Amino acid sequence: MDWYPLWNSVRIAAISCVLVFFFGIFCAYYAAKLPRAVKGLLDVVLTLPMVLPPTVCGYFLLLLFGAKRPLGIFLAQFGIKFVMTWYGGILAASIVAFPLMYRTARGAFESFDETLAYSGQTLGLSNTYIFWHIRMPACRQGVLAGVVLAFARALGEYGATSMLIGYTPGKTATIATTVYQLWRTNDEAGAFRWVMVDVAISTVVLLFVNLLETRQKKVVRK
Amino acid sequence: MSLSVNIYKQLGDFTLDVAFETDGGVLGLLGASGCGKSYTLKCIAGIERPDRGRIVLDDTVFFDSEKHIDLPPQKRQVGYLFQNYALFPNMTVRQNILCGLHHEKDKAKREAALQQMLSFLQLEPLVNHRPAQLSGGQAQRVALARILVNQPRLLMLDEPFSALDTHLRERLQLEMQELLKQFGKDVLLVTHSRDEAYHLCSRIAVMDEGRLLALQDTKKLFADPGDRRAAALTGCKNIAEARKAGEYEVEVPEWGVRFTTAQPVRDDLTAIGIRAHYFNPRSPQNKCPVSFVGGMEEPFECILEFRYPNQRPDSPSIWWRVPKDRIPTPYPAELGVAPANILLFYS
Repeated sequence: MDWYPLWNSVRIAAISCVLVFFFGIFCAYYAAKLPRAVKGLLDVVLTLPMVLPPTVCGYFLLLLFGAKRPLGIFLAQFGIKFVMTWYGGILAASIVAFPLMYRTARGAFESFDETLAYSGQTLGLSNTYIFWHIRMPACRQGVLAGVVLAFARALGEYGATSMLIGYTPGKTATIATTVYQLWRTNDEAGAFRWVMVDVAISTVVLLFVNLLETRQKKVVRK
Repeated sequence: MSLSVNIYKQLGDFTLDVAFETDGGVLGLLGASGCGKSYTLKCIAGIERPDRGRIVLDDTVFFDSEKHIDLPPQKRQVGYLFQNYALFPNMTVRQNILCGLHHEKDKAKREAALQQMLSFLQLEPLVNHRPAQLSGGQAQRVALARILVNQPRLLMLDEPFSALDTHLRERLQLEMQELLKQFGKDVLLVTHSRDEAYHLCSRIAVMDEGRLLALQDTKKLFADPGDRRAAALTGCKNIAEARKAGEYEVEVPEWGVRFTTAQPVRDDLTAIGIRAHYFNPRSPQNKCPVSFVGGMEEPFECILEFRYPNQRPDSPSIWWRVPKDRIPTPYPAELGVAPANILLFYS
């Protein structure tokens, strides 16, 4: 059995997860400080990829990064091509997983007791220190939940990925696209093997989420 | 050491407009909740920004809207004890206090300062505890330790005892008094409790709806608040509109009585006040017939409600506060009040 789709799926999910983590908490942190009207608008834009069908996200990505589109042509000068490459999958997965990270992190940040940050400031601690050593630890359950959800979503991404990078065995194949490809070509046993791999990974992820939630409850009770 | 504050801020319908100076010692900001006293502290700390004004501590300008100076809180070096103490929940007591020592790069000196503060506030046994494991009084001491090791130039306490059980408050107020004396620099204390203000402050600024009503030495303020709302905040229960009737006489139409005063009455008198414990059945002066209409028992004192014969029906009953062991039986038919105990209000 060729394990390339597993490896490709995991690296795409892992790298997207890291990108989405930083970009998500960045947006969540600043969105929490914005005036209500601007926040509402930004919320719609940033959450849209979660609500739109992934194929529509893929369509938009193709509109932007297609080989004949201005942005695609521009990036091609630097040898960057998101269409039909494995790292195009990172772009697709990141866009689709981003809202999960953003929304969970924002919820956590909004319930953060701002006086903790204020008291840090009056003690002379830098805002960067306060963010990483006080705000993030206090919000870690929410942020962690966002990371797990984003990872799971990136791992299971199909629609936008298949639109943007298609299916090339050994190049752009992910678990999700492989299952569809094998099923389409009547390789039912092959498809079933990959289905089981996917179920196994998803189960582990969900168990992990549950574990986090029970820990969170314990903390609250204390 | 002196802090000078003059700030204006518009917050929706609410206007904050205060100006005051400290002159050593503890200055209390006394007011009902929502009067802007905590907001004033936040402006001094640099957490909130006034629309305009000036905040200066000694020779350091914290904020000056005209010169566009607005120091970040990190550069102001003021200690701010928050109402909920704001201990960092993910850190131990030790780590929390070390946050106040981050400027000290020398490890040995840092450790020495930490140990000194731990022993000063008797926190050694708690050094590895997390904030969630501390009692209210312990949390307060840790928060103070964290602030004091940072060597603030000014200490600001925001309702420091409101998160504590009642029985702890008085004991901790005594400890706080001692600590503030040792601190030796200016202190601002925000409170809605006149007892706290009286115990701890050398001067008190009374605030109401974003404005200063009075700023006086504590004893003087309680003896003669001068303003009826300030009087109410210092605990004066019986306040009624009044007008001048003679050089040493006031007329209180609401109660249907006339009183003799100890101080000469000015023409612009608007109201008078009598503290609930100042009525006296044996006082020969200002003696008026009264009828009792109700009462409320407290652990050691009683509040007896009475009315004057010609009191207007819409006027609230008057409170007389008596120690339980001195309640006369039967209730007296007449109550007097010494002229010196009639508070005169001109605004």
